[in-house]
Amino acid sequence: MKVKELVEKLNLKVLSGESGLDREIEGCYVSDLLSDVMGNAEMGNVWVTLQTHKNVMAIASLKELACVILVKNQQAAEDTLEQSNEEGIPFLSTTMQTFETAGKIYELLK
Amino acid sequence: MHQEYTVIEGDFVNAGKASSSVKKTLKQLNVSPQIVKRVVVALYEAEVNAIAHAYGGTVSVDIEADKITMVVADKGPGIPDIALAMQEGYSTARPEVRDMGFGAGMGLPNMQKNVDKLNVTSEVGVGTTVEMEVNFA
Repeated sequence: MKVKELVEKLNLKVLSGESGLDREIEGCYVSDLLSDVMGNAEMGNVWVTLQTHKNVMAIASLKELACVILVKNQQAAEDTLEQSNEEGIPFLSTTMQTFETAGKIYELLK
Repeated sequence: MHQEYTVIEGDFVNAGKASSSVKKTLKQLNVSPQIVKRVVVALYEAEVNAIAHAYGGTVSVDIEADKITMVVADKGPGIPDIALAMQEGYSTARPEVRDMGFGAGMGLPNMQKNVDKLNVTSEVGVGTTVEMEVNFA
């Protein structure tokens, strides 16, 4: 599944990184602990989190994640969005909380 | 090939710069993606530790034909009990650092899991040096 299909199916808001909407999704990782994501997420994963600062983008880039979904309508910091645009890794937001978001993604990807 | 980077205390905005640069270099050198992944995880954690815990430091990277050596040396408070610091879940990170999602006590364990050789030396009140090696084959 591509990021843009996930955006449509879950009605996500695209905050930045539009050029990466064709990135291919391979699985999902849910965590707010950065070292947990660094150590355990896989390339192509969707990352669901409530963290919004720039280090989220640094990790998404280093791990080559497909996209980041911020839950509960969180807004990412401005420098996070800038880097997301530069690197083409989309930052998406949803009004749902983590449990619902992860459950819906699980249904789509299982 | 030798590369050096400076790490500044509390400079979280630039955390991962050295890792990102090393990742690009290794990819250009056609090092296998599995190896690059391990190097990136370990070096990122070492960078973040120097930013979160120390008063600045340097990252020195040497890339040879068969391995990469990374040395992160900081001026900082040092680690009184290295064995304790190596335990998963143990952290001395400040509350504001934890709020960012760091300080889960996974940094040194992540380094350990991803490198072939890890050597941590520390002197209280002086600083800590983390030396890591990853073999390419």
